[in-house]
Amino acid sequence: MPDFLPAPIIESRVDDPTKDRTMVLNMGPQHPSTHGVLRLVLEIDGETVNRIVPDIGYLHTGIEKTCEAKFYQQVVPLTDRIDYLSPMSNNLCYCLAVEKLLQIEIPPRAQWTRVLLNELTRLASHLVWLGTHAMDIGALTVFLYTFREREEILKIFEMISGQRMMTSYFRIGGLALEPPLDFYSRVQAILRILPEKIDQYSNLLTGNPIFYNRLKGVGHLSAANGIALGVTGPPLRASGVDWDLRRDKPYSSYEKFQFDVPTSTDGDVWARYLVRLLEMRESLKICQQALDGMPDGPIKADAPKVVLPEREKMKTQMEALIFHFKIVTEGFAVPAGEVYQAIESPRGEMGYYVVSDGTAKPYRVHMRNPSFATLQALETMCKGRMLADVVAVIGSIDIVLGEIDR
Amino acid sequence: MTTTLMDKDAVFSSMSDHPAITALRNWKAEAVVDAKFAFEELTVTIAADDIREACRMLQSAGYDFLEDVTCVDWYPAEPRFHVTYHIWSLGLKQRLRLRVMADSVDPAVDSITVVWPSANFYEREVFDLFGVRFNGHPNLRRIMMPDDWKGHPLRKDYPVEGYR
Repeated sequence: MPDFLPAPIIESRVDDPTKDRTMVLNMGPQHPSTHGVLRLVLEIDGETVNRIVPDIGYLHTGIEKTCEAKFYQQVVPLTDRIDYLSPMSNNLCYCLAVEKLLQIEIPPRAQWTRVLLNELTRLASHLVWLGTHAMDIGALTVFLYTFREREEILKIFEMISGQRMMTSYFRIGGLALEPPLDFYSRVQAILRILPEKIDQYSNLLTGNPIFYNRLKGVGHLSAANGIALGVTGPPLRASGVDWDLRRDKPYSSYEKFQFDVPTSTDGDVWARYLVRLLEMRESLKICQQALDGMPDGPIKADAPKVVLPEREKMKTQMEALIFHFKIVTEGFAVPAGEVYQAIESPRGEMGYYVVSDGTAKPYRVHMRNPSFATLQALETMCKGRMLADVVAVIGSIDIVLGEIDR
Repeated sequence: MTTTLMDKDAVFSSMSDHPAITALRNWKAEAVVDAKFAFEELTVTIAADDIREACRMLQSAGYDFLEDVTCVDWYPAEPRFHVTYHIWSLGLKQRLRLRVMADSVDPAVDSITVVWPSANFYEREVFDLFGVRFNGHPNLRRIMMPDDWKGHPLRKDYPVEGYR
């Protein structure tokens, strides 16, 4: 069981200043190591951190409210903007939730392509994490290398969707477009070079005594505390909880793929680093399986009232034109009900809670974001440790402020 | 099409071997106001006074991970606010949705931060955006909006563009 309760705000002890040994330090929201606009209020005793209170909301754009004013298909681009480092995961989670409400069957090729792109997203996101994490610690070179490889993955996204980052490639009912001709060979080329590159990063960092000593034993989180604080994904797996939604509650045909879920029992920053590195290799395995076993068939479900018709058909067939017109102007009604769909995003459990009242606009869309919950564990991980370790811990939990604030 | 069970009696009779239903029934069957099974998801509505104890009991029954707390505003219907909890069982690999209703006049629900500390941020978010208070929360302040903000943006009577 957890050995603490959520703490109230930090108050200055004005009643007896002579006994006040601590000072309050403000970190962020423009601090380079806070990965966005995170503001931390720290109470420090010398160099030792007593308490941390995160102050968030600087990026709040009211996406959940905006969703309620859009048609179901218009929400997809909004989901990109939540976790801007893993747009495909957001798209997938939202589409799966609405597809569950609509009860439509997605063709195998669309499902497999979604898996392939999701794992590429995970690789791209972990590459950003690795680069920025190492940069926070002081190893600047790795950042340049990881961003070089990430750019290759982003080029694939651009090729398939026309956008490097805000892809919006998944649609309710399948995919937006047929993948271009040399898409698979380009992915294959990346899969060929990446294992070698991951070895390279590993050679630069894993055996590096400075990096090791800076991370080992820092920011410890026990499994019980992790569960109590809602931590998910790699940070929880590094604390010894063997839980991965891709395996434990498969979606989008993940049950057809063979992969291991790397875990560690150490629960420190170093363990999180190792778990994520291993996860990248597992993602490569899944990508390779997806390429090798990619089924044939359509990329969109057979649901003319939901899925936009082919462009050619729209121009030549009256019925397709009518469906096209109706979907674009009126949207499509979704049966009343509520679903919660969770997927394993690069940062942990991402969940979409979609409530429908039977109209063409969602009554309520709520996003459960992994970073939001993981941020709560920051104080537990940093308490009693040095101030400089806070930077290492923030890097290791890999937060994205866009999804914390929404 | 998956099976749909619409009320408490139907869920209690046809899902009696479900661990959460068994646990709830053995604990306090009258605390369950309503139950629903749709889209392969089980939703149990709990009486407002019993939510903290229900969570404590379900936590010991194996539903050990609180995924999310959120709210749906059914304005102008009453009870207006449906506070929703998603709970995952790491051992059973199952999800459960709990729900508590709150009226439009001074909506308040018992906080479950003593059961799951992770509810801290979730409940603050619901308080900030819906104006539902959580009794016993250690730090119930706005989290997304500025402290001096007027109104609760995710309420249905709050305009999408905000007040001008």
